[in-house]
Amino acid sequence: MDLDFTPAELAFRDEVRAFFAKTVPAEWLTRVRAGLRLEPADLIAYQKALAAKGWGAPTWPVEYGGPGWTPAQNYIFESESARAGAPIQFHQGLELIGPIIFTYGSQELKDRYLPGIINADDWWCQGYSEPGAGSDLASLRTTAVRDGDHYVLNGQKMWTSYAQVASHMFVLARTSQEPKRQQGISLLLVDMKTPGIAIRKIETMDEKYTTNEVFLDDVRVPAGNLVGTEGKGWEYGKVLLDRERMVCSATAIHLPQVLDGVRDAARTRKVGGVPLIETPAFAAQLAQLEIEAMALETMVLRLLADLASGADSGPRGSMVKLRWSDLYQRATALWMDALGPEAAHFRALEGEAPADMPDGMQGALYSRVTSIYGGSSEIQHNIIARRALGL
Amino acid sequence: MNFEYSDEQRMLADSANRLGADLWPSSDRLKLLANFDDLTARTAAQMAELGWLMLPIAEDDGGLGGSAVDVMAIMEGVGRHLIPTSYVANAVLVPALVSGDPAAADLLAAIGEGSSKAAAGLLEPDGGYDLGWVECAATGNGADWTLTGEKLHVEDGADADWFVVTAKTDAGISLFLVRADAPGLTVSRFRAIDQHRHARLKLDGVTAVLIGEAGAALPRVELAVDKAICAHLAEAVGSMEAALAATLEYLRTRKQFGVAIGSFQSLQHRAVDMAIALEEARSMSYRATLSLGLPAAERRRVVSAAKARVGQCGLYVGRQAVQLHGGVGFSDELIISHHLKRQMMLDCAYGSAEHHVARFVALQVLGA
Repeated sequence: MDLDFTPAELAFRDEVRAFFAKTVPAEWLTRVRAGLRLEPADLIAYQKALAAKGWGAPTWPVEYGGPGWTPAQNYIFESESARAGAPIQFHQGLELIGPIIFTYGSQELKDRYLPGIINADDWWCQGYSEPGAGSDLASLRTTAVRDGDHYVLNGQKMWTSYAQVASHMFVLARTSQEPKRQQGISLLLVDMKTPGIAIRKIETMDEKYTTNEVFLDDVRVPAGNLVGTEGKGWEYGKVLLDRERMVCSATAIHLPQVLDGVRDAARTRKVGGVPLIETPAFAAQLAQLEIEAMALETMVLRLLADLASGADSGPRGSMVKLRWSDLYQRATALWMDALGPEAAHFRALEGEAPADMPDGMQGALYSRVTSIYGGSSEIQHNIIARRALGL
Repeated sequence: MNFEYSDEQRMLADSANRLGADLWPSSDRLKLLANFDDLTARTAAQMAELGWLMLPIAEDDGGLGGSAVDVMAIMEGVGRHLIPTSYVANAVLVPALVSGDPAAADLLAAIGEGSSKAAAGLLEPDGGYDLGWVECAATGNGADWTLTGEKLHVEDGADADWFVVTAKTDAGISLFLVRADAPGLTVSRFRAIDQHRHARLKLDGVTAVLIGEAGAALPRVELAVDKAICAHLAEAVGSMEAALAATLEYLRTRKQFGVAIGSFQSLQHRAVDMAIALEEARSMSYRATLSLGLPAAERRRVVSAAKARVGQCGLYVGRQAVQLHGGVGFSDELIISHHLKRQMMLDCAYGSAEHHVARFVALQVLGA
């Protein structure tokens, strides 16, 4: 048992570090540190820079355009990215639909869509949740009815993040009514320019335009855009359960960036003439978060070691997500404390707001959704109880 | 011992609820916020008409001499309906700061009738929330003073016509009255996440009027801020109550997996913890408000304890209300996220929980 990297891994780390040093502009830093996504144009530029280096899809197999890295290399890549103030790659194409396409899709779908994900020529959004189908996704009601060479989609999707910029959407829809709700659901790939798609922005508490309702009104999708077999769409999600360990791990590996933001805010601001970070009460709170972040980092390393050896790590991905979202929420709340009275200066009515304030506050607001999306904390607890504890 | 409102206080509470339900219905928050300036002006006009602006002003200052519990009755309604008003800064804090000084008589009359608004600049860049950290310098004497310095944050001060600020004379911390349009004064204005509008002041040789005795202001400032804090505690309690009620309604009506989600035990227990937090916060709000007349050290000890605990309880209730609503809780189209944002800002206003725990440490744990 050891925590060491091999000489080859250390050499890889230096290469990655050098790449990030020249790729990441300084102006991304406060947004990234607040755990916020960059604007789509910046994310696309970043993805294209990675793709040009051959690192566009770090977790994919070589045959589909991945670099064929080991889990240790993936860890090094993400931790160096975090260290350099780089953002997390946009995951809906790379981690959600890409792997389903290369695992279950036809050759035609692979050829058509995988390069566009790696090169950021396409932007994918996810059409899963509906107004009546959130945590209980299997109760979804959107229908896809076969009509000649097409499926005709009707229904309403909700919480479709980045539908406003996406070129494509992957949609779960009901192709038949079956006694078991998880059956009769199919996965379709939809071009967002298809007639019959309407988008409505959902205003969210972080005042950032992220998510939408998507209305599907007689949207005609070529039958060739069905992934895998009709009616088996629910099962394809399972491939993601395994892969989501990587997604959770990546976000968790980036947590120290948030703590850097908190630390900087607390160095900048004074209380009673002393930098806040030197006051014992604040320092103790930051230390507590650092300690829990260290525990989380080590959990992630164990998860990656399981991945490397092909071992089943059970629902430890759920544990990582729970711990990460809790720490992210507490870290941004502490950032707010560090802002002090300036926490009330979110938007300047004229002139400028304090430099790091809007991002820190937006992070604190945004953090609230991380225990709701991607399987709420309550659902994650259910998963762990059922799968790990046999309850 | 008595924790009941009097008949008059019940009437105040009722009229606060009517005003809130009438002007700030919870069903379409975003539409109301799009019409912010008009609605806040109508709110202020109604408050003036109802006599609320006159209520906290002392009788000797020409006001109604209402009690802190009277203010509480109003503020619970303000919180319940999330009325984004500068009432606390303008009608509670400033009158308590300037009370008894003839130089402020015109200002108090104008606040009482609603023709002017005032706010207080008490915090400075390197002082955190410490009211005793004053570097702003006052020079002059008699009726003739000029101020130079900076006030980092003025709660609800964006639209004030007058500022009451602390500054240091040779005698020590003193209070001054400054016109918002005074030469040498730069007012930067900000909007917070809860829609309240605040200010930051830069003073460069600004003409000011001394209020009270030079060098003797700190005890008066601390008492006035403690009164403002108690008004905010009541607002937090009202907001928590509304957030809990909306959450219980959602738990009863939202169905997933074929049943109301309120039938899940883990969610029931969370709702119970929210109800306990509300009860705890209400108890602390009452305790602090009823302690405002105690000797300074004892008063500050209780107010700090209440400010810290109500802040924590309010954040818990606000966050769990969002969490139990799921995605729609995070959307701004429901009232829920707005309650959380107000709780976040109430926790910061006049000192975060962290600041008040530190003050409590000094007064109780180390000072006793």
